[in-house]
Amino acid sequence: MKYRNNFLREVEANVEEGEWVKRCMQCGVCAGSCPLGPHWEHPPQEIFMMIRAGKREEVLSSDSMWMCTSCYNCIARCPRELPITHIMHGLAHYATRLGLVPENQQTNKFAQKFWDNLSKKGRVNELKLGLSLYFMNGFMEGIKTSLKMQKIGLGMWKTKRMDPMEILGGHGCEDTSGLQAMLKKASEIEAAKKVKV
Amino acid sequence: MAATKKLGAYICKGCGIADRLDIKQLVSTATRDGKMNVVKEHDFLCNSEGVSMIQADIDSGEVDHIMIAGCSKRAKTDAFSFDSVAMSRANLREGVIWVRPESDDSEIEETTQEMADDYIRMACAEVKFMTVPASSGEQGRTPHVLVVGGGFTGLKAAVEVNKAGYEATIVEKSGALGGTAAQLYKSIPGRSPFADPQQPEIIDLIKQVESNSKINVHLNSSMDNIGGAPGRFNADINADGNIVSGIFGSIIQATGFTNYDAGQLPEFAYGKSPDVVDQLGLEMLAKEANGGAIKRPSDGKEVENVVFVQCVGQRSEKEGHLSYCSGHCCLTSVKQAMYFKDQNPEVDAMVLYTELRMPGAGGEDFYRNGQNKGITFTKGEVSEVVPGSNVTVKFQDLILNEAVELEADLVVLATGMVANSGVNVETCASEDDDAEAAAVNKEQAVLNLDYRQGRDMPQLVNGFTDSHFICFPYETRRTGIYSAGPVRRPMDMVQATEDATGAALKAIQAIENAAIGRAAHPRSGDLSFPSFRKEGCTQCKRCTVECPFGAINEDEQRYPLFNEARCRRCGTCMGACPVRVISFENYSTDTVGQALKAVDMPDEFDEKPRILLLACENDAYPALDMAGMTRQEYSAFVRIMPVRCLGSVNTIWISDALNSGYDGIILMGCQKGENYQCHFVKGSEMAHYRMSKIGDTLEQLNLEKERVQTYEIAITDIHKVPKIINDMAATIEEIGMNPFKF
Ligand code: SF4
Ligand code: SF4
Ligand code: SF4
Ligand code: SF4
Repeated sequence: MKYRNNFLREVEANVEEGEWVKRCMQCGVCAGSCPLGPHWEHPPQEIFMMIRAGKREEVLSSDSMWMCTSCYNCIARCPRELPITHIMHGLAHYATRLGLVPENQQTNKFAQKFWDNLSKKGRVNELKLGLSLYFMNGFMEGIKTSLKMQKIGLGMWKTKRMDPMEILGGHGCEDTSGLQAMLKKASEIEAAKKVKV
Repeated sequence: MAATKKLGAYICKGCGIADRLDIKQLVSTATRDGKMNVVKEHDFLCNSEGVSMIQADIDSGEVDHIMIAGCSKRAKTDAFSFDSVAMSRANLREGVIWVRPESDDSEIEETTQEMADDYIRMACAEVKFMTVPASSGEQGRTPHVLVVGGGFTGLKAAVEVNKAGYEATIVEKSGALGGTAAQLYKSIPGRSPFADPQQPEIIDLIKQVESNSKINVHLNSSMDNIGGAPGRFNADINADGNIVSGIFGSIIQATGFTNYDAGQLPEFAYGKSPDVVDQLGLEMLAKEANGGAIKRPSDGKEVENVVFVQCVGQRSEKEGHLSYCSGHCCLTSVKQAMYFKDQNPEVDAMVLYTELRMPGAGGEDFYRNGQNKGITFTKGEVSEVVPGSNVTVKFQDLILNEAVELEADLVVLATGMVANSGVNVETCASEDDDAEAAAVNKEQAVLNLDYRQGRDMPQLVNGFTDSHFICFPYETRRTGIYSAGPVRRPMDMVQATEDATGAALKAIQAIENAAIGRAAHPRSGDLSFPSFRKEGCTQCKRCTVECPFGAINEDEQRYPLFNEARCRRCGTCMGACPVRVISFENYSTDTVGQALKAVDMPDEFDEKPRILLLACENDAYPALDMAGMTRQEYSAFVRIMPVRCLGSVNTIWISDALNSGYDGIILMGCQKGENYQCHFVKGSEMAHYRMSKIGDTLEQLNLEKERVQTYEIAITDIHKVPKIINDMAATIEEIGMNPFKF
């Protein structure tokens, strides 16, 4: 319901640091400080007001909080000391849980690739992660980007910043199966959490 | 007249004065031109030896009028305070050596020395025309304060007055004490942590007043008449139909405010739906609920959602609206939204504001606590409130930029405060020979002063009584009468507490000042007072009209009747009098007029113009002194004369100056108008007005009007004042010398 407290309460109950949203005084400092501000449809200040105005669908299916790069400019400057960055990620996470992320959301897609890469062996395989990013939006684009980055790749190889052999599986942590078991348990716990409305 | 006076001149050689000036020459000027009987010099006049030297001459009866040449009259006032003699000061330090370059150039040395010699001549002439202020015999001490208004501010003031050992009498219009404060369920917190609405102090305050035998209370009463002056106000109280008379030392006006009538704003549906209330209406509902759920008036349903609309008919230039902010209403709405949230956090309470203003030390904390309690704050502008079974609020959300229609169980309108300041003495109908107008004014007036300038206190803007809210709070334009609380400016109870206390202290001060015949702010301690020569008076009434403090009444023969205790000693009356019959013992048309004529006027072909600068001693003169302290150079052709207030400048000084050969005249006073800084409220304004008329005189004399210039100067204008002087010197070079040199 519009301008009633129900969505605010939902955010407080489910979103990391959500109880801070009501404390925003709408000064706009965060919106003015965000390096990506001009590209957001709804800068943080506006998102907080939308939550208070009860705009549930608009907020959760928004692209905006996915734009945050965790630069922490806003947190450093907010006169009310809101942990804005964390709230942005909290909202993104909550939207993911509810399956409300807009389709083909780039940050969301890359985040998934990163997770898949990392969770396999407990170590980030940079070569594979890089390539999967190049090919994230189709084969042709992947080829194009790879060609464009060729020189940099060779340079990194020469200076031993990149090991081409990593493509064949790559290194991992000591107890990979133990890690897998831990992650499985964690995702079970997460799934069991109910959305509190 | 001067013959019987024993004149002494004391010239200081310290602070570099002797290095820069020819002291022998100064001594001879004081002796020959100044005609002083005793002339002494001293290496450091302000040290104990120097001071004892002067004191010894006074004690031995050798001198009773002294001229001290050294630093500015604003410096070393502790050392040079000789109560029993008349004294003038020649400013050789800040006014001469500090503003002139150190140089071997004989021309510069010569003009600098001329400056110093002239200041000696001026100060000698000035002191000759002074007498020592003596007691007027008008003094009286009445340790009893009259408090008009029995609301929060009035009660607080009465209690404070009483704690300090003075008696108080409260006159309250209604049948009960407490005023608006008594209608509140709870009040805005006045102490840290500023978290929750608190029990109103008023209940306890009423008890304190009612149980105190030194505080008298008149209910259902009003002021029938107030005459007299501080220390001896004689007041007639219409106490429930009977006239009770009393003598009071001073008066506090705490007549408070009236709630703005929201019915004047048809778009807000006040009066069209019982579920639209103003803030006082909500207090009533909260009192009824007494801690339980607040119910809406239409059908008694418990309120589940409530919308507070801020700035209703306020901070708006629209016809019939209040242009100002009432200062408490945002705080009040947060407090009232807490009534709901504290009782049941599930209630939706929204505050709709365009700018939220939370003044005071705890304002911001209170706002945060409101947010923590879950009050929704929405920046939005309400266009309409539509009555119905549920009231609909139409507004534009200014952050999300969209039009919204929202249903609510209850809508609370934050309307403003309208001051209860009685009749506007500047615009009300004249009572001269008009009994009907007099009756109407009397009915509307709250103080009913028997003052020639009107029945109530003058107002400044928006109907609030005139008192400078930064520099001279509580001081009004009626000496000994202090306004406090929302009649002075819009405020909440925390501020009203401060106001009541401040006014109580002022009221006490007024009583004690009146007892010994001393002036109040800003010439506090001054014992001089104006008197007039009845034989010369033409009954033009200019003094009675122009006195900024309404100090002068009329006697039965229509002569001015000065009231010493009402007077602030500004001299505006003296500046106004066309026949110059008004004077103070130590400040008169002669003291200044003779001083300015005492300068040694070079003739036309000397290429040495003379500029007279009449500087208000409150701001302009200190600014000039500070120009000296910061060693800013200005023209050696200027001669500066401090005046009590620009309002005291009589146009005779201007024509005397022009006739005696001055080439230019500068007047420096304080800022006038709505944001005045003038320490005597209207003095600077009067002077500007009078000078605007001087153009004709100049024209008749065939003189350029650039020769007389009037400025508004702040105490901080230390870089501006030298420039004004130098510009005048340049102007004179351009237009040539005054042809009236002898
Ligand atoms: S900086 Fe903080 S208080 Fe200001 S709008 Fe952003 S979140 Fe709100
Ligand atoms: S942390 Fe995120 S929201 Fe904050 S300024 Fe940086 S990018 Fe913007
Ligand atoms: S000196 Fe000032 S206050 Fe006193 S009577 Fe004259 S004008 Fe009024
Ligand atoms: S201004 Fe002078 S002449 Fe006029 S009424 Fe006053 S004292 Fe008399």
